[in-house]
Amino acid sequence: MSKILIFVESANGKIKRSAQELLSAAARSGQTVAALIGGTHAASLVNDCAAYGATEVHSFKDASFDQYNSELFTEMMSKAVQEIKPTVILASASSIGRDLFPRVAAHLNTGVLSDCTELTIAGDTVTATRPVYSGKVFAKMGFENSPVKIVLMRANQLSIDPPKVGATASVQEHTLNKSDLKTLIKEIVKGATEKMDLTEANIIVSGGRGLKDAANFKLLNELADVLGATVGASRAVVDAGWVSHGMQVGQTGKTVAPTLYIAVGISGAIQHLAGMSGSKVIVAINNDANAPIFQKATYGLVGDLFEILPKLTEEFKKALHH
Amino acid sequence: MKIFVCLKQVPDTETKIKIASDSQSIDTTAIKWVMNPYDEYAVEESIKVRDANPGSQVWVVSVGPKKRTVEAIRTALAMGADEGIAVDSPENLDSYQTAKALAAVLQQEGDYKVVFTGKLAIDDNASSVSQMLAEFLKVPHATVVSKFSLSSEKINVERDVEGGAKEIIQLMAPAVIAANKGLNMPRYASLPGIMKAKKKVIKEIELSSLSTGASAKTKIISLSLPAEKPAVKMLAGDASAQAQALVKALRDDSKVL
Repeated sequence: MSKILIFVESANGKIKRSAQELLSAAARSGQTVAALIGGTHAASLVNDCAAYGATEVHSFKDASFDQYNSELFTEMMSKAVQEIKPTVILASASSIGRDLFPRVAAHLNTGVLSDCTELTIAGDTVTATRPVYSGKVFAKMGFENSPVKIVLMRANQLSIDPPKVGATASVQEHTLNKSDLKTLIKEIVKGATEKMDLTEANIIVSGGRGLKDAANFKLLNELADVLGATVGASRAVVDAGWVSHGMQVGQTGKTVAPTLYIAVGISGAIQHLAGMSGSKVIVAINNDANAPIFQKATYGLVGDLFEILPKLTEEFKKALHH
Repeated sequence: MKIFVCLKQVPDTETKIKIASDSQSIDTTAIKWVMNPYDEYAVEESIKVRDANPGSQVWVVSVGPKKRTVEAIRTALAMGADEGIAVDSPENLDSYQTAKALAAVLQQEGDYKVVFTGKLAIDDNASSVSQMLAEFLKVPHATVVSKFSLSSEKINVERDVEGGAKEIIQLMAPAVIAANKGLNMPRYASLPGIMKAKKKVIKEIELSSLSTGASAKTKIISLSLPAEKPAVKMLAGDASAQAQALVKALRDDSKVL
């Protein structure tokens, strides 16, 4: 029987939604599901991992694993693979996942598929689908010559099964004799917002040049607050200095795939579409009925966004608070 | 010292992509090739670092079919890079094979202090080669870098992570640095730069001569085009009517609220 190891990321004392997705998918495959957690908070996450399908939980509890460090985590994963012997590793295509696992794959002389949107595990065969060429093509991919198959999944792609309250898992602690590191994390500078990152958000409200002025992003913020959404932006307004680059959706920005994407005053250049066309439902609000964004949209609203936005905020407030 | 830039040539974003008849590759006949957009930040940064460190040189290396990759190398030379190396290889090496080839070139050339790359290539979107290269070279790496400085043996970078947060990281040189947008404003090639780049001899290396022995770790099973989206549903009426119709549709039809 094969064993799937899930690299679990957490925030605020809970496993991330992306980890719930990965654990659920692994459990559905019918194979042994092992969770790996680094850091001092590991013990408090064991029940969470078990509830979503892990039957083994492995931890590296040392405080040095509280902060991501590419070299240190590569050593941790190498040790974990030696001791846990997984045939498949699943992780999120997050800042950590994308930075870490290609290095781990090179270290183990094995293959990694990054930023995947579909995953199939059938016995020893693992295939995954990834958007390539700016989302214009989907590549179904597999592995060769790979002792451990590593797949990094984009967030919001796999369904989450209801948690099994009271489920238990065996717990095993691991340790690492650290070598001298050439990588030192000196400081973490927090972002301006405590909101969920664009790449993880379930709902995104994005603004473009149609907003006319940086100050008008407050209209988007109001709508986003009602929806519990994260605010994004087009390249044009990032380059104009209205908002920070961390908010840019599209090529040279972030690739997102939320359940609901609301594009406000964004015409829909191909570079923007490349970053958001994977969204499940797309709403476009624009005063130009011929804007390319409407070709990708599920629902289109043509009109003055300064009239539509306040009405929309009001209507969502009514709908969500009843 | 040498500063290396690893370049990839990719189809221009505006180019229409057609799937070839083998359904495992793309039809390259009508493709317009450009330097990967993130690699422009890598080239720009390498030139700035060279100019701040007299006596240093920028070397550009690209793995791919040399008959086209030399164009991307010439673009970098026209921007101001000093030397170019084209590793002639077939299309569609995987990240593992590409990183092995780059590592072999760097080990051959030696004396590198910093290796710049883009944070990902917009064609295969793998964001893997930089980290693999660092591992093969046994040097540290940082990806998604929007700020860089070098002082003797220490490299300081800012790496963009989720939620607009930044990690401030110190690395011991040499290191592999994968550039994000925001690192700098890439310059345009000047006319004298273009003329000079045209005359420059680009060193050519056959992939086989590097003897990496690396076989692919991943394979493309099939390529497909995204499913056609149903036509957009335009919502009629004034602002109030549109807003009401949208909320109703999202709640009752799409069920996303």
